Amino acid sequence: MAKKLMKGCEAVAEAAIQAGCRYFFGYPITPQNDIPEYMSARLPKVGGCFLQSESEVAAINMVYGAAGAGARVMTSSSSPGISLKMEGISYLAGAELPCVIVNMMRGGPGLGSIQASQGDYFQTTKGGGHGDYHVIALAPSSVQEAIDLMQDAFDLADLYRTPVMILADGIIGQMMEPVEFHNEQSSRAIPEKIWAAKGYNPNENRPRAVINSLYIENEELQELNDRLQGRYQIITETETRCELYNTEGAEVILCAYGTIARICKSAIALAAKEGIKVGLVRPITIWPFPTNEVRDTICGGSVKFALDVEVNAGQMLEDIKLAVNGEKPVHFLGRPGSFVPTADEILERIKVLRRA
Amino acid sequence: MLEQNIFAGFGGQGVLLIGKLLAEAGMFEGREVTWLPSYGPEMRGGTANCSVVVSDQPVASPIVTSASAVVAMNEPSLDKFEDAVLPGGKLFINSSIIAKKATRTDIDVYYVPCNEIADELGNPKVANMVMLGAYIEKTKCVGFESVLDALLETLGERKAHLIPLNREALNRGAASIR
Repeated sequence: MAKKLMKGCEAVAEAAIQAGCRYFFGYPITPQNDIPEYMSARLPKVGGCFLQSESEVAAINMVYGAAGAGARVMTSSSSPGISLKMEGISYLAGAELPCVIVNMMRGGPGLGSIQASQGDYFQTTKGGGHGDYHVIALAPSSVQEAIDLMQDAFDLADLYRTPVMILADGIIGQMMEPVEFHNEQSSRAIPEKIWAAKGYNPNENRPRAVINSLYIENEELQELNDRLQGRYQIITETETRCELYNTEGAEVILCAYGTIARICKSAIALAAKEGIKVGLVRPITIWPFPTNEVRDTICGGSVKFALDVEVNAGQMLEDIKLAVNGEKPVHFLGRPGSFVPTADEILERIKVLRRA
Repeated sequence: MLEQNIFAGFGGQGVLLIGKLLAEAGMFEGREVTWLPSYGPEMRGGTANCSVVVSDQPVASPIVTSASAVVAMNEPSLDKFEDAVLPGGKLFINSSIIAKKATRTDIDVYYVPCNEIADELGNPKVANMVMLGAYIEKTKCVGFESVLDALLETLGERKAHLIPLNREALNRGAASIR
């Protein structure tokens, strides 16, 4: 199939439809408006339903309803809107409902800015909503990768009965790149959703479906929590992904995810011209975090130090430091808000740190 | 090959469009490309710009801060992006509406009377295509036919009759700085 030039937001929306998503509920916010716009035009043509809700809170609860009925459903928003959805996401996790949530991050806190940022790492990976839950979080660094991860996102959601978040930013959302849709069918065996509330049939040998996250009895809630924690353990063991780039024999390891990882690759090329061997470790799943890969890469013999680069005040930095556990120095370059570092700035910091 | 471009002008001049046509033409020719628009709270008459990278290698950063070429369709764009041109780089100025000259001496500067040429062609809307013709003449980044293929995708068959006009606009832009 020929390559097509496509905007990140539109590509994500099309990939979702190709992955079987037929329901979208959302509320507008920059820089992800092209997703609901695309969905509003396309979903009715494929027998789906697009609905612009009255608020983000309403949208995520519509997602809860559609997911409870067994549909492939998604919503999208950007940072402040995702905050509003957090209660619903906790409920979805508690009710063990699969869905996909796209966050095209913008600057924060508060209404912040509309430019790209990475300030929602903590919110995404450390909970966001209340209670002991996680969402699987995938962080694409190109429009093509965003497309490729959408099929996975819906499959992982169904397989593990969990919300899955695509964590990208305004640059991925607004950028156009050449893309290909492979139209591949899922390679995973997705179990039938026998738990879904699709209408009770007394002739079928299955109990009434009840979608719920309220357990008054401590012991019953304990059962849910044990089940979730067991599932998170399996996800951590089997679904962790990261990219290692140029890491063999590297003296410095950069750590970055999403758009910033691309800029790090520019910096690596600049450093190579000056004879400095720099590699990159790029988490693709930011939850589960690729702890082993990050530790093994940074703690490798040739590595003198790691430099974590983010568009925030240092959030993934904590997971990197936990992984490295003090064995090697881990430095940080980044600013909160929407100041995206340049490749030159990254190289300059590497040179300063090497001299120190 | 690594062309890192900024196309800038005011809303309605079609700077995002010519940036997109360049990216799409590059894609048709087998290059790696990115197109990234400014997406602030902009309005008609306000400023708009996009970063376009065309490369032989996968594009690492889609954000262009140091440009091999800058296209300025109006004066605020020249003020904002003249310093972004790399030494030895190219600066294209729409001399129809930008009265002042560039101040840099370490770059190649081209003055293209885009609006006048477009008016001569009988359609002021193709001023952006005149500029794109000039840009391609000097950078050889892509071929005209790839640009017109990309334009046809945007226009659709119903407006395919506009292709000859746009071909002429590209040619006249190129000829103006030869």
